[in-house]
Amino acid sequence: MIAATRNYLRFLWRCGRIAFVGDWRYYAWMGVLTIVSLVGLHAYSRQLVDGLVVTGMGDEVSWGVYIANFTFLVGVAAAAVMMVIPVYIYDNEELHDLVIFGELLAVAAIIMCLAFVTVDLGRPDRFWHLIPVIGQFNFPASMLSWDVLVLNGYLLLNVHICGYLLYCRYHDRKPARWFYIPFVFIAIFWAVSIHTVTAFLYVGLGGRPFWNSAIVGPRFLASAFTAGPALIILALQVIRHVTHYRITDKALLTLRSIVQVSMLINVFLLINEVFKEFYSGNHHVASAKYLFIGLHGHHALVPWIWTAIGLNVTAMVLLCLPLSRSLKWLNLTCVMAILGIWIEKGMGLVVPGFIPTPLGEVIEYTPSLNETLVCFGIWAFGLLCYTIFLRMAVPILQGRLAKANEGRPEIQGDEQEIPAAFPSKPDRIPTPTAH
Amino acid sequence: MATPPPVPSDKTSDRALSRRSFLRSTAALSGLTALAASLSPLRELDDFTSTEQFLQKYYKELTPEEMTRVLARIEKEVERQYGIRPHVRDLRPMDGVEFVYCLNLTRCIGCRKCVHACVAENNLSRDPEIQYIRVLKLPHGSLDVEKAEHKYTADQVPEKGFFYLPVQCQQCRNPACVKVCPVHATWQESDGITVIDYDWCIGCRYCEAACPYWARRFNFAKPGLPAERINPDMSYLGNRPRKLGVMEKCHFCIQRTRAGRYPACLEVCPVGARKFGNILDPNSEVSYILREKRVFIQLKEEMGTSPRFFYYFDK
Repeated sequence: MIAATRNYLRFLWRCGRIAFVGDWRYYAWMGVLTIVSLVGLHAYSRQLVDGLVVTGMGDEVSWGVYIANFTFLVGVAAAAVMMVIPVYIYDNEELHDLVIFGELLAVAAIIMCLAFVTVDLGRPDRFWHLIPVIGQFNFPASMLSWDVLVLNGYLLLNVHICGYLLYCRYHDRKPARWFYIPFVFIAIFWAVSIHTVTAFLYVGLGGRPFWNSAIVGPRFLASAFTAGPALIILALQVIRHVTHYRITDKALLTLRSIVQVSMLINVFLLINEVFKEFYSGNHHVASAKYLFIGLHGHHALVPWIWTAIGLNVTAMVLLCLPLSRSLKWLNLTCVMAILGIWIEKGMGLVVPGFIPTPLGEVIEYTPSLNETLVCFGIWAFGLLCYTIFLRMAVPILQGRLAKANEGRPEIQGDEQEIPAAFPSKPDRIPTPTAH
Repeated sequence: MATPPPVPSDKTSDRALSRRSFLRSTAALSGLTALAASLSPLRELDDFTSTEQFLQKYYKELTPEEMTRVLARIEKEVERQYGIRPHVRDLRPMDGVEFVYCLNLTRCIGCRKCVHACVAENNLSRDPEIQYIRVLKLPHGSLDVEKAEHKYTADQVPEKGFFYLPVQCQQCRNPACVKVCPVHATWQESDGITVIDYDWCIGCRYCEAACPYWARRFNFAKPGLPAERINPDMSYLGNRPRKLGVMEKCHFCIQRTRAGRYPACLEVCPVGARKFGNILDPNSEVSYILREKRVFIQLKEEMGTSPRFFYYFDK
């Protein structure tokens, strides 16, 4: 028992150490992310002192970019399932060794989600009121209490799955199936649940006709399964570029098919929504009017939503063309899809729900500088976490960070000089020459 | 003349080691400095949550003794902040009472006296301005709020061709706000008033998004309340000064109505458009109105919220 704990602590210590080691590009990247995170932290400290008045929000538009980013990132987290399903249900070979990068992205995305909700709270010092048993947890009535449960549950599931598999790999032993396969399958359903619950957060509000629509849940899933895998396509190429970890083009193209189908469904659902809103022409169309064409001379969101639609439709067309089999075009398409969905689902969903107010007043919303800095800070922090996770996971998966080489000098950030293909047996790992 | 021997590249040499540890400690030090600098605005936190307040229990779980201590703490805090010793009570709902508000749209002239009486009575923030009552100016014949003018500035009211619709918390029987609160910080009391525990609210603003009447107000900034304007007659669930980052709204002047008085908005109304009372008492004015008037309406009845706030018309 003591030995096991010591082993585990030693494993954590080595993982932690390696996060601080890398080549100059690694230091530059981490340095920039750290600086942006700290700038965000500074902006948040300002908000803690002065209140949410430093944001662009008010009683009319009482949720803004924080909740918009939160909603988008829940989708990114849920999208890990789009790698898990092919691997664990359809035994996809190409994605098999990559699925963990999707799950780690989910962990980083959930961390960002939790940060975005926290910065949106007026009284973060009272967070403990939300903790079941010691606080007053309004479960199951409040959809927000469901969200707290499913998000934290999803975080734990993914931390467990990734942590366990990496630890086994570190020891070069076969993971016990019963100890992670059930969790993988729970996580598949759980992933769908986190985004459905987040959709219900909006759908459940009868006083907001723009959100009170059954299609919001399906739209959330479709857009999540577009933007999430698109982000993973980009992330995998970065990993391949800087670490020589074996990532095949075929794997990227498998993800491309997922993005393709999801984007088609996403645009189809958008058309459904737009038709329902505008054709019937009843009063509930006010928010949609504000979003798409402007209302009573107010049209702050109109250029945004049309940019989003333009990006999404172009991405959809590109995805359907053989052109996007070339990685250059695929990357461009992915960037367009991510941006399009970020706008559509964030600002395009959260903000117009508040405009006009239930009493018919049109007050527009623009995020303030301070609010924007907090958002950048959280994104940078999330990327920082994801980079650290990858920094630990890649050498473990490659077998370079293993129990077997514990006593030897720690590896440095010299991935480039090590041959691309690695034998899996730790005793055959090329270790850096001892000085 | 001879060139000095090249520095050995051996990384384990003393020089390389000390250079490395120097770099490390410099990096760690500058990291900590940057962290401290980014947290620097926190030095301005003057109204930091006290341990007592941080650990304060939920309203419904406070024993009478604990409540006494909490009320004393609030009195002390208000006195320290505003220099006025208030009288803070925790008034409980009366048995056999369910409050209902009736507002006569034929009479209302849109003078907004109710708005300002409410601000004064309930210690509402003057800067930034928070108001519980919003009076809508509507064109003759339409109850469509999207046609309403909110910030009308007429020299004289009423204006011809318009009528006025004051909206405040509708004290719903089936409140959307209560259902969504993740921490039970807002609930409906037995006398029908939906209240907020300002010391329990976490400030997520979900209730504000849920309310179909736009009745809730959030303290985005620290409430600006001039000491000379303080109303010292306070209650825990009512008009005691709020803190930064919590929700508030109309509570039918709980500090008055639970002590047998009328709400401030009713008392100030120059045309007698506002009626308030106990619907469980068949002899009350509100019972009479709801029994005898041919038409009365609940705003957005289709929401299923079933407001305790009724609008009615004279002939």
